[in-house]
Amino acid sequence: MTTDHQHGSDSPATRTEALEALLVKKGLVQSAAVDALVERYEQDIGPLRGARVVAEAWTDPAFRARLLEDGMPAIRELGFGDNTDAHVARLVVKENTDSVHNLVVCTLCSCYPWAVLGLPPAWYKSPAYRARAVREPRRLLAELGLDLSPDVEVRVWDSSAEVRYMVLPQRPRGTDGLGVEELTGLVTRDSMIGVEQL
Amino acid sequence: MTLPVRLDEDGAAAPPRENGELAFSAPWESRLFGLTMALVEAGRLDWEAFRGRLIGAIAAWEETASDEEWNYWQRWQEAFEDSLESAGLVAAPEIDHLSGQLAARPHGHDHSHGHDHHHEHPTENDE
Repeated sequence: MTTDHQHGSDSPATRTEALEALLVKKGLVQSAAVDALVERYEQDIGPLRGARVVAEAWTDPAFRARLLEDGMPAIRELGFGDNTDAHVARLVVKENTDSVHNLVVCTLCSCYPWAVLGLPPAWYKSPAYRARAVREPRRLLAELGLDLSPDVEVRVWDSSAEVRYMVLPQRPRGTDGLGVEELTGLVTRDSMIGVEQL
Repeated sequence: MTLPVRLDEDGAAAPPRENGELAFSAPWESRLFGLTMALVEAGRLDWEAFRGRLIGAIAAWEETASDEEWNYWQRWQEAFEDSLESAGLVAAPEIDHLSGQLAARPHGHDHSHGHDHHHEHPTENDE
């Protein structure tokens, strides 16, 4: 931090300080506004990519097969995932069916498939969700408004630094005529974590 | 979420992230980012033009064999300074001058020492 090869003795930190002082002095920037602005952008990624992935899988059986086989190469086909944390080796997509419902959790911390789902909601990181998703998933889901029939098997997937999970929800009835774009708009973040059905 | 600017999430110009959140390793990095976005949102800088300079700065760094440790936000700083200069907002010599003055501050300049020694305030005498 104390050396900078381009600018002689001033560090990047000092240069930034100078930039801010000059911009404030010229009336171009208000210091107080900068922090709030940074906070907004720190959490800027939404679940839109995941929704698109799901819509593609619903409409293209071959893509769906590749997605379920190995998630990362499949989402790269759509131009996603290049910037994923380098140490995340795999994205595993679990498909909901009439008889199986999948739920994603990270019991250790808050690992999350952010390349497709954006940032995790606050409850995903809560100790209560992390513990109860494993201990009593059915009851947790019921409390979140998802009453599963007793004959539906619940499978809970525990994320890690190396493997991130995403749920492929079932396509809602009555959407046969819709294209990828319209279908993308129907897919919610919660359905891809597995706490909601569409 | 609708933000005026959608940051790159893939490719060379994409900022570093940790589990999805922008990753800053020092306060100046987030400060620099905030200053840039403030000017972009105020319509003072054109995002696409800045982004083009950022991509150029990153490519130029990669072409130069350097023992300097990679820092994304230093490339951002170069692109930002170029953009400010080209938009006629802040000239490079102004930045060099003030930054040099700030760098020359005595050690502990920003701490309260209890005794009343005088500091020159470079921003006030800089034109």
